[in-house]
Amino acid sequence: MHRDEAIKELLFKMADDALILGHRNSEWTGIGPTLEEDIAFSSMAQDKIGHAFQLYTILHEHFGEANPDILGFKRSEKEFKCCHLVELPTVDYAFSLVRHFLFDYADGLRYEELQNASFEPLAQLAKKIKGEIKYHTMHANVWIKLLAQGNEESKARIQSAINEAMPYALGIFEPSEYEKTLQEEKIFSGENALQTKWVETIQTLIEKAGLEMPDITILKPQLGGRKAYHTEHLKPLLDEMTEVVRMDENASW
Amino acid sequence: MYGNAFIDPNDPRNKQEVEESQELLDAFQAKIDNGQKIEPSDWMPKMYRKQLTRMIEQHANSELIGALPEGTWITRAPNFKRKMALIAKVQDEVGHAQLLYNAAETLGKSREAMLNDLMIGKAKYSNVFNYPAETWGDIAVIGFLVDGAAIVNQLINSKGSYGPYCRALKRICAEEAFHLKQGHDNLVALAVGTPEQRQMLQDAVNRWWQPLMHFFGPPDKQSVHSEQLMRWKVKLASNDDMRNQFLDQYVPKILELGLSIPDPNLRKNSETKRWEMSDPDWDEFYRVIKGDGPCNKERLAVRRWVKEHHQWVTDALLRPERVRTVPLA
Ligand SMILES: [Fe+2]
Ligand SMILES: [Fe+2]
Repeated sequence: MHRDEAIKELLFKMADDALILGHRNSEWTGIGPTLEEDIAFSSMAQDKIGHAFQLYTILHEHFGEANPDILGFKRSEKEFKCCHLVELPTVDYAFSLVRHFLFDYADGLRYEELQNASFEPLAQLAKKIKGEIKYHTMHANVWIKLLAQGNEESKARIQSAINEAMPYALGIFEPSEYEKTLQEEKIFSGENALQTKWVETIQTLIEKAGLEMPDITILKPQLGGRKAYHTEHLKPLLDEMTEVVRMDENASW
Repeated sequence: MYGNAFIDPNDPRNKQEVEESQELLDAFQAKIDNGQKIEPSDWMPKMYRKQLTRMIEQHANSELIGALPEGTWITRAPNFKRKMALIAKVQDEVGHAQLLYNAAETLGKSREAMLNDLMIGKAKYSNVFNYPAETWGDIAVIGFLVDGAAIVNQLINSKGSYGPYCRALKRICAEEAFHLKQGHDNLVALAVGTPEQRQMLQDAVNRWWQPLMHFFGPPDKQSVHSEQLMRWKVKLASNDDMRNQFLDQYVPKILELGLSIPDPNLRKNSETKRWEMSDPDWDEFYRVIKGDGPCNKERLAVRRWVKEHHQWVTDALLRPERVRTVPLA
């Protein structure tokens, strides 16, 4: 069924994004820039991983997919549909903050729309998650502003993280082959429409913070993630994530 | 974890240095004897302030450094439930550090100064965090037994005389109870699991037993008694009493899971109702305190990394109107 395949693809990419970004954000736990930010990143990481769990649960309960632990911890790199933005390593707080800013505004807009999806389990979940994402975007916006207006150095660091992350952020909106089906079935109006709304939103915020929005018309979006072509960073991430669980395939933990 | 500050009463720095009015001292003692709490704006003896600052600071440092061994396993936790629980747990520990630094700040030392003293190795933290978490089994043992030991200590300390510290500890203990539940759940999953899982768990128990016996500090017969600190309700139970309480509570729980404890001499004397055990290696305890444990250098290197990599954030935030002075608890 076309409708089912379309919804499944949407759920997988959303779940995979959430799991991998949650994993990345959890890398700050214990070593964040301030105790408050350490706690904030841990809390957002838990939310994201929780979202992944709930999305995989829908796949399990409504589409006959394996259970969330198998979907999250036992698939190969070639089965993941996350975008490249979430895969990039956690090396620097400016990049993590900007990634969180760019991704969570897209995520917030996506869930806002999905509240009205004709597929009830997803609409219900979207209503719930939307509220959580609101705190994430608020947090991102406050910190982007704080650091953009902190001093010259912090402003420059945030600006260069935005420039660096933007082509990857555009990869969030890599179109799916099911766009039309999703529109016809009144699930989701499509990645293109989402990107347009997102650009408007973040452009305003970036400029309000005194930063510059890169000219996205001349950027080459980093695509491929949705088709399971990944950066070289995903494989090691998954190897690390599954280190314990691979010790014994039949054990329960 | 864990205000088991090791304070050496023989250290000349810990001697009462200034003459203080007997009247004030008596009134102070009377207040404590009445069960009243000392608050930041109250008069307090210099030595009381000094010892408490050091104790709360070491406790805060322990929470923060304690996040590191477990933190390295967040990215390897084997399923959704464990991954989320571990992030939440380590996040709580960082939150405990935050609460405790706030409590210590009410005594006059800034968080920044405390983090700095931690980083340069001047301030201490619990020895137990200078040991590595080698396997997932260690995470179960830390979550149940190290947190368990910490709770024994923190519950006792929460009855102390300093208001801000007691209130922080009340909040902390509520969260610790949850850590213990999660830790136990994780421990049971491994204990009833495959032979490999059981072995991994038993190995972890074996590795952690000595650090756990060290946790409450040297035996009472070795450590010169700290009567003054007891009278001031800074220290509320002797090291041996706390260790004994821990063994009472946890030995049965370890044995009921079919695990063994790596000390053939461990037994409860039915007459004295006290635990007897082989003497743990106290030379090692002092070696680790002096900075020569398996992970001391690595832990401080991480704190230096945090400082160096985030200096730009701290600088950007350094505006006088953003400095917070009100304690959270
Ligand atoms: Fe704690
Ligand atoms: Fe704890």
